Amino acid sequence: MTYNCVVLVKQVPDTAHITGKAMKEDGTVNRAALPAILNPEDLNALEMALQVKDQYGGQVTVLTMGPPRAAEVLREALYRGADRVILLTDRATAGSDTLATSYALECAVEHLSAEIGAVDLIFCGRQAIDGDTAQVGPQVAEKLGLPQITYAEAIQSLAEDQIVVQRALPLGTEVVQCGLPCLLTVVGSANTPRPPSVRRVMAYKLAATPFELDALLTQWPEFGAQEALQSYLADRGLQITVWNAADIGADPSRVGLAGSPTKVLKIHSVVLASEGSQTFENSDSGLAELIRELVHDYVL
Amino acid sequence: MYSEAETIMTDNRQVWVFVEQQEGDLAPVSLELLGKARELADALHGSVAALLLGHQIAQWADPVIAHGADVVFLADHPELADYRTLPFARVAIDLIREHRPYIFLLGATPVGRDLAPRVASAVRAGLTADCTDLQIGNWEYQGETTRDLLYQIRPAFGGNIIATIVNPKMHPQMATVREGVMRLRAPDPSRQGAVRPVQPTFADGDLGLKVLSREVRLPTVDLRHASVIVAGGMGVGSAEGFDLLHELAEVLGGEVAASRAAVDAGFAPAERQVGQTGVTVRPRLYIACGISGAVQHRAGMDQSSKIIAINTDPHAPIFDIAHYKIVGDLRQALPRMIRAYREKRD
Repeated sequence: MTYNCVVLVKQVPDTAHITGKAMKEDGTVNRAALPAILNPEDLNALEMALQVKDQYGGQVTVLTMGPPRAAEVLREALYRGADRVILLTDRATAGSDTLATSYALECAVEHLSAEIGAVDLIFCGRQAIDGDTAQVGPQVAEKLGLPQITYAEAIQSLAEDQIVVQRALPLGTEVVQCGLPCLLTVVGSANTPRPPSVRRVMAYKLAATPFELDALLTQWPEFGAQEALQSYLADRGLQITVWNAADIGADPSRVGLAGSPTKVLKIHSVVLASEGSQTFENSDSGLAELIRELVHDYVL
Repeated sequence: MYSEAETIMTDNRQVWVFVEQQEGDLAPVSLELLGKARELADALHGSVAALLLGHQIAQWADPVIAHGADVVFLADHPELADYRTLPFARVAIDLIREHRPYIFLLGATPVGRDLAPRVASAVRAGLTADCTDLQIGNWEYQGETTRDLLYQIRPAFGGNIIATIVNPKMHPQMATVREGVMRLRAPDPSRQGAVRPVQPTFADGDLGLKVLSREVRLPTVDLRHASVIVAGGMGVGSAEGFDLLHELAEVLGGEVAASRAAVDAGFAPAERQVGQTGVTVRPRLYIACGISGAVQHRAGMDQSSKIIAINTDPHAPIFDIAHYKIVGDLRQALPRMIRAYREKRD
């Protein structure tokens, strides 16, 4: 049996590598200075899906919801082995919280199933590094009526419509058996994602959404006109599918800000500052003074 | 999977807590949450209900009431013996649809973070993950004031911002709360509460997942309850380098922790990791040794009452939040502190 796999990915700012350059003078983070990357645990999810395909056959479709520039992470997925990639983008979905996002992804997966047949396995990263909520995977599973296996670390076996998965918990492991279709959220310790293959980078570097044709024409002026470029891309399967909210039949009242029950009341940036700090010499007398003060203040 | 839900808006002020069991005991975070729920319910003139799911668990009703619950919904069923998402979600969703609570809180544990989004999606409620504080307040929007909402306060964006989230229109207002951030209140054994047995009705699909095996190590360190923490980062240099930290921790009656970098480098085990992806601590004294102070680390320790930073780099960000700064080599500083403390004590 071969397996129809879908991987849900997200483009995120690289919050894990905030360097001095990304810090503003007031001590807050300059988000614009952070590179946008494919969320790290989504790469582990993609790798797990690709391993299923390698072993059993089938296809791996990667789906993301985001602004037009999120096509960058879809090319990244193509370089690493995805068969097909889809960008769900629509201004109406901007500002979606996890509930609205999972609804849109539910609609997209159902729309995809209508095209490619029933989906057997959905893979997500456990959580995204910008929000760290770990909510979208379980919420998509609920909306699609599928069982969820969170913290998936390894597929121990896959036979017909039964999967056995090892889950990594902070203080141990659990092995569960579940019928397909189901949704897995994958942890970072699951595998080492394969790097982009040179062959695939060559093959897919021109893969583009309709939004990117102008930029591509500037880069490759020899095509002359958009039509010529479009037919070139179409002949080689390099057109990245783009869907909007209407394409997937999403109820406008359930996506974007309108469909998001959570509202941000306020945000404050963490400013690094400590008031009344004291410096002590790294010497016998300096540190004896520190200990005296701590004991005096009942800290020790 | 569940019948299509309309969104819920409720007039009551019931504050619900999912009470989790861990290895045959009540999870500390659930007891912390019962205390917080009590405080929120008192501010709202409402009530606290606990969801207690499992098998042969009736003995937990009394301690749950003593920690603040007015009502305990007790679902005792063999299919609930081990935590599994779908049977637990079924019970919680059915109870929420029947009683329409105003607020529903869960611990941000692996179980809470698995269950909460499933339930929130089914009842179409807003959910905020990993809150570090909860308050009651108003929401003003387009000239309209919604009173007495739950302020769900959490770090986001790698700990670089603190966001306050509200769910004005769709109830229950759901949040998971990090372990160790709410103060554990002393139980009051004289408190009275009602136990309401719940008979679960599972659908076919709820019971399809089987747990084949489960191996759990008990934590050997308890960072959350340590009043003094001696933490090491890359500057410690090696696993052996941590011996000095253990020595200081022992003298001061504290625990040893590590930054993610030190854990990744193999200097210390993962169970000692403090920070965004580790444990959140707020000891009376946090001694950061050779830790540069990345935001991810600070997110897990910046609530410490007092912070000592020891680092050879005078520009290390950890100094920005330290109360006591020592610029220099920890290999000299720690023995000096050990000696000074012994002399002071003797």
